[in-house]
Amino acid sequence: MINLQSPFVQGSTSVSNIMFIVMLALIPGLIIYMYFFGIGILLNIILASITAIIAEYFILKIRKIPTKVFLTDNTALVTAWLLALSIPSIAPWWITVIGTLFAIIIAKHFYGGIGSNIFNPAMIGYAILLISFPAIMTKWQNPSYLYDANIAFSVFMHGIDNYDGIASATPLDYVKTELLQNKNILPILNEPLARLTQMQWVGFGFLLGGIFLLFTKIITWHLPVIYLLTLFTISSLFHLIDPSQFAPFQFHLLNGGTMLAAFFIITDPVSGPTTPKGKIFFAFLIALLVYLIRVFGGYPEGIAFAVIFANICVPLIDNLTQPKVFGHD
Amino acid sequence: MKLFDKVFKFNGGIRAETKKNISTAQPIRKIPLPKKIVLPLRQHIGKLAKLKVDIGDEVLKGQLIAEADGNVSAAIHASTSGKITAIEKRLIPHPSGLPDFCIEISPDGKDQWIEKKAIPWKKIGLDKVNELLLESGIVGLGGAAFPTHLKLNNSKKAGALNTLIVNAAECEPYITCDDMLMREKTHELIQGIKLVHEILNVKESVIGIEDNKTDAINFIQHAIKKEKNISLQIVPTIYPSGDAKRLIYLLKGIKIPKGRRSSDYGIQMFNVATILAIYRFIEFGEPSISRIVTITGNLKSPRNYELLFGTPLKEIIDDAGGQIIKNDTFIMGGPMMGFKLPSIDVPVTKAMNCIISSEPAMIEEKKPVLPCIRCARCAEACPVELQPQELFWFSKSKQLEKAEEYNLFDCIECGCCSYVCPSNIPLVQYYRFAKSEIIEERHEYEQANIARERNEFRLQRLEREKLERAERNALRRAQSSSEEKTKLIDEKRKAIADAMQRIEKEDDKND
Amino acid sequence: MITSILVVIFLAVIIGIVLGISAIKFKVEGDPIIEKIDSILPQTQCGQCGFPGCKPYATAIANGEADINQCPPGGDEGIHKLADLLGVEYKPLNAEHGEPKPKSVAIIDEKTCIGCTLCIQACPVDAILGSAKHMHTIIEKECTGCELCLPPCPVDCIDMVAIEENAENWKWKYPVYKIDKVSERRAS
Repeated sequence: MINLQSPFVQGSTSVSNIMFIVMLALIPGLIIYMYFFGIGILLNIILASITAIIAEYFILKIRKIPTKVFLTDNTALVTAWLLALSIPSIAPWWITVIGTLFAIIIAKHFYGGIGSNIFNPAMIGYAILLISFPAIMTKWQNPSYLYDANIAFSVFMHGIDNYDGIASATPLDYVKTELLQNKNILPILNEPLARLTQMQWVGFGFLLGGIFLLFTKIITWHLPVIYLLTLFTISSLFHLIDPSQFAPFQFHLLNGGTMLAAFFIITDPVSGPTTPKGKIFFAFLIALLVYLIRVFGGYPEGIAFAVIFANICVPLIDNLTQPKVFGHD
Repeated sequence: MKLFDKVFKFNGGIRAETKKNISTAQPIRKIPLPKKIVLPLRQHIGKLAKLKVDIGDEVLKGQLIAEADGNVSAAIHASTSGKITAIEKRLIPHPSGLPDFCIEISPDGKDQWIEKKAIPWKKIGLDKVNELLLESGIVGLGGAAFPTHLKLNNSKKAGALNTLIVNAAECEPYITCDDMLMREKTHELIQGIKLVHEILNVKESVIGIEDNKTDAINFIQHAIKKEKNISLQIVPTIYPSGDAKRLIYLLKGIKIPKGRRSSDYGIQMFNVATILAIYRFIEFGEPSISRIVTITGNLKSPRNYELLFGTPLKEIIDDAGGQIIKNDTFIMGGPMMGFKLPSIDVPVTKAMNCIISSEPAMIEEKKPVLPCIRCARCAEACPVELQPQELFWFSKSKQLEKAEEYNLFDCIECGCCSYVCPSNIPLVQYYRFAKSEIIEERHEYEQANIARERNEFRLQRLEREKLERAERNALRRAQSSSEEKTKLIDEKRKAIADAMQRIEKEDDKND
Repeated sequence: MITSILVVIFLAVIIGIVLGISAIKFKVEGDPIIEKIDSILPQTQCGQCGFPGCKPYATAIANGEADINQCPPGGDEGIHKLADLLGVEYKPLNAEHGEPKPKSVAIIDEKTCIGCTLCIQACPVDAILGSAKHMHTIIEKECTGCELCLPPCPVDCIDMVAIEENAENWKWKYPVYKIDKVSERRAS
């Protein structure tokens, strides 16, 4: 400080260690992921991290911002990890690179860099990939297809064309397509493709990490609790109304990116609301949109779009939910 | 005596390292009479005190040397006997670091008191007590230096008070002057509380203290065993529990908004040191001339001192053994709300509760400042329940109106937001800046209004004069011929020319 | 057909009544725009704008006879405020009307003053005291620093002294730190 003023003492939290703890909290989910699906996801994460760092470095240079401080704040890494975890692990390398570049350069730095991006960068990267390469982005690894590191590397470099049966639809996707043929949902839900327990275990890993984040006070309870609660309530409600058309709540809570979103994606502070009431409303809105997109929309999974839409509403939400000041009526 | 009353909890606050034990190991110490006493006329909130002495005057200890200028001001007394040797601008302990008017006394070494008279407060009534308090120079000794007689004034206006709260929370890290006072002057303090209790005519007195001052708690509990109307309430050690409105909430559950006084709610609050000062004044007729100051931090022998106002700080630092790591940087007040002293060459003042010899970490270039990531940790920490991240945004971009709309002036500048900010943003500094700007803008606006009024008044006057002149001229024209008129004008012109010549001549002489 | 005509007539009558009532009830006294402009102007009454005071300048702006960038004492901030109020584009200060100076007050050198009263007549806010052939003084608090008393003084005994920073009028400064060039740029 050039004009030194109080306070002269400071707490120990910093952006870089908050982001570091977030990455730590992702590790249980990541390990379970690798246990069931091989090292494909690790390759994606490493590539996304490298891409993010390089992109961040060059864009900081171009914007004439001190690079050291901003490279070590770990925010680019968190974006890269979240994006890589959202992309199918059998996506070829260039998918990861394009997504990461888009997230860092356009979604983050074109809006002013750390602290100024109005959209969640990882979700923008994901949405762009989903729109541009739907065929790749909607194929998930078939868990029965256990493959070794060589295959994983080959898939990473050249895509999945050489390997038959490696990819299948995600449970959300499968159920959605089946329902389009006017079938009853109950038998569909009992099909093996709709009961991807391995994916559910990964979700459990993220839940563990999320509880760790709550415990270390990196995030507050508002967002994840309200998000999961809303999703639970809406899905239960629809299921009660027509069990033959709507899946029960466990299907929605355990599949797709629900857990990752609850604790890691919607909790991005920069693009989210700041007031407690605002957080509650924000989480509610996202859960509502996720359910609507999943059940009535054109895409099997709606987290990215729900988050991006809710991001747009953040300034309004913040404005309308200003808490009462001490002693004010 | 009640012990475990319900304590309310305010939003946020922080649990910083208290570092209080640094300065509590040794008893309060007095130092010998210094060679010079320098008393600034600005030691309190409000107007500068008005000088009542001249250079060369002999003064006695406790003699009034500057009186309160109006109601929002405080008197200043000689803190020892001696001779006034200078009245000039000197450096004062003020965040501006700018010099201000000071009275220098060269002590005669006799330390001779003026005649002291106890105040027969029971006979003279509250009004008169108040008047005398205005002359006593007593201000809030917790650090804010708000003139005490004003508080009493407010209490009187608000009608019946029911509670006296004694602020013994002392929540800022490092500061221990109140703690040591409570340990060493327990009896006197309780006498003081009883006295103020009676003067204010309240039903109960509550001492609010943080749970980290175990010795003081024990002493006070022992001392108030027999007192029916005085209770001790222990509050958790969370900064800023010592802030008046926070402490009232902690103890009484009443949230007093900005702009309202506690006396409007039947509550009056004094700091323990202020209580003692009032006691000494009423019981012994001693005006405010000394206080206890914590001298702590990066020093060889940190401790508390009882010091006369005007004592040069340098002598005390030397007495405390000097700095361990030399950096010549000292902080007045606590590390959360204090300010860096412009120099060590300043005197002890009424607002000086603590001097921290700066630890190296306090002044070194801190961690880099990153943009706000909107994590709202500041909002979670804010004891006033503001949204600091919004205030920061508006203050930084100088949208002052918006900042005010988001209740900038409710901010108590406690520094909790800066403390917790993971981006290391000096949030409070932005709020101080924004408040300063707004206050100046308001002042300018008022000045402009005055100027407008005066201008309009003048225009009216000119208009009126013009009319009058026209009337007069018309009258004169009727009376006198034009010849006489030109003669008159010529005479006037000549007078001006003469004056000009005279000036020029004088100028030449001067050159 | 007739119903629709009746409905339209009915609506017209209702709306007419509402408008009529509101015109009486919410009547705006005078032309507040001049007052609003005037309240933004610094009231130095210096005349640097080319008008004989702040109010005349405000009137001229309101009538479209003067531009918003003719007031040096109001500075950039004043122009911004005027631009906001009137919904026009900001313009930099017109240099013809002078440069903004630090706020100052006039001080009369009482030794030199001959008591000619010319400055008293020039002062737009009556901030100068004194009578003929007696030296004058300036009420510092009331002086707007307009400098109008300087030219009439025959003996040049008036000086403009910038107001110094002291512990009373001192302000907290805008925080400055090394890093974070981006946001600084954005703020300025």
